[in-house]
Amino acid sequence: MGLAKRIIPCLDVTAGRVVKGVNFVELKDAGDPVEIARRYDDQGADELTFLDITATSDDRDLILHIIEDVAAQVFIPLTVGGGVRTVDDVRRLLNAGADKVSVNTAAVQNPQFVADASGRYGAQCIVVAVDAKRVAGSDPLRWEVYTHGGRKATGLDALEWGRKMQASGAGEILLTSMDRDGTRLGFDLELTAAFSAALRIPIIASGGVGSLEHLADGVTKGRADAVLAASIFHYGEYTVRQAKEFMAARGIEVRL
Amino acid sequence: MTIDIAVIDYGMGNLRSVSKAIEHVAPDCSVVVTSDPAEVAQAGRVVFPGQGAMRDCIREMESRGLHNAIVSAARSKPFLGICIGLQMLFTHSEEGDTRCLGLLAGDVRHFPASRMVDERGEKLKVPHMGWNEVEQGMAHPLWQGIPDRSRFYFVHSYYPDPADPAIVAGWSRYPFRFACAAARENLFAVQFHPEKSDAIGLRLLANFVAWKPQVHAAPEGGASVIV
Repeated sequence: MGLAKRIIPCLDVTAGRVVKGVNFVELKDAGDPVEIARRYDDQGADELTFLDITATSDDRDLILHIIEDVAAQVFIPLTVGGGVRTVDDVRRLLNAGADKVSVNTAAVQNPQFVADASGRYGAQCIVVAVDAKRVAGSDPLRWEVYTHGGRKATGLDALEWGRKMQASGAGEILLTSMDRDGTRLGFDLELTAAFSAALRIPIIASGGVGSLEHLADGVTKGRADAVLAASIFHYGEYTVRQAKEFMAARGIEVRL
Repeated sequence: MTIDIAVIDYGMGNLRSVSKAIEHVAPDCSVVVTSDPAEVAQAGRVVFPGQGAMRDCIREMESRGLHNAIVSAARSKPFLGICIGLQMLFTHSEEGDTRCLGLLAGDVRHFPASRMVDERGEKLKVPHMGWNEVEQGMAHPLWQGIPDRSRFYFVHSYYPDPADPAIVAGWSRYPFRFACAAARENLFAVQFHPEKSDAIGLRLLANFVAWKPQVHAAPEGGASVIV
């Protein structure tokens, strides 16, 4: 027995509420973040990820208060991402109670930012979020990095980018398939496996979970260290505990 | 004001999680996060957390004049080291080839790339990040009510290698067995994060708050001894 594979419910937060979209658009309200965080903790979630998808800076500081409230009641690791631009943003989130901060657009715009933040606060708290989309017709398969919540193509090769971020001091990669996000068709397992084989830091698979089978596949076929999902948990289809029991029955080591 | 528990702050990142978790299990205690050596000296119990690069941690600790207060506390009152706070108690760390406090004999080592493969031949990632089992290496008041082989949350790339196996209070495996908790008299230190280990971690913190260790050695220059 050794390290357990992690199940991470993800909460997309805007204007102080948890929402869930399809392919990064069409947002639906899914509830109060503190209440949802507590529920997942009770169900045995290994970690929680909050993505601040707030469009306006007016609402930006709300996430700090939410994290403060959650951190006072929920004693498992908390990751926060969305709109993180500066080392000072990282500091403020860590001080509010986040354990890790996830960066995406800012890392692409200024790769030195990841090195600076990691150098200051340690690799263990810097997660680089990679939103990757298949390059049509590529053979061998390639993926391109997108930023700005999936709206902007960068021209960067996702695997190369992942290696570069690892070298810059990323402690973990949150890897989201843009093709699968919100589709409920399962992870892009080829993408996940490619990243896991290429990098020595942990990979969190994200995007596309519609069943418990998909979560198990992320680990067994995608070789992910952790699996992240939102909608299957938010709407009460499955509890985190059911997901863990399913994975344990597949021979995957989980914390039960 | 009396200080029941001091959480030592040497400017290296987030101590909120630690202080919040302690406040949660000890609502009647006064808990301060402090970089003031006088407050550390005055506190009934001391928690020594830490994250970040070892060399920076040692430098920041020294620059705040905390060295003597920490060493004295570690010899005289209930003292809990967490993560880098455990590693700093040892003699030396491979991280930045750093000389540490030397309260516990042994080195802190990096998980060697050549050994990071599990029994199925799967590559193991570094940092060691996530929930792993802790095998209790000794009976100890801080393990009270915590089942052997409970899972705690870890995140680290370096692990302690104590010279004296008798101080090992807990073992974990990744993929080889390494010490993840050390104990001696009034001192207990863990590589994992009890403040992030859910109900099991809170239980360990509650046990620390209630712990009444026997102390044999008096602090340097001081006579106060906990009985």
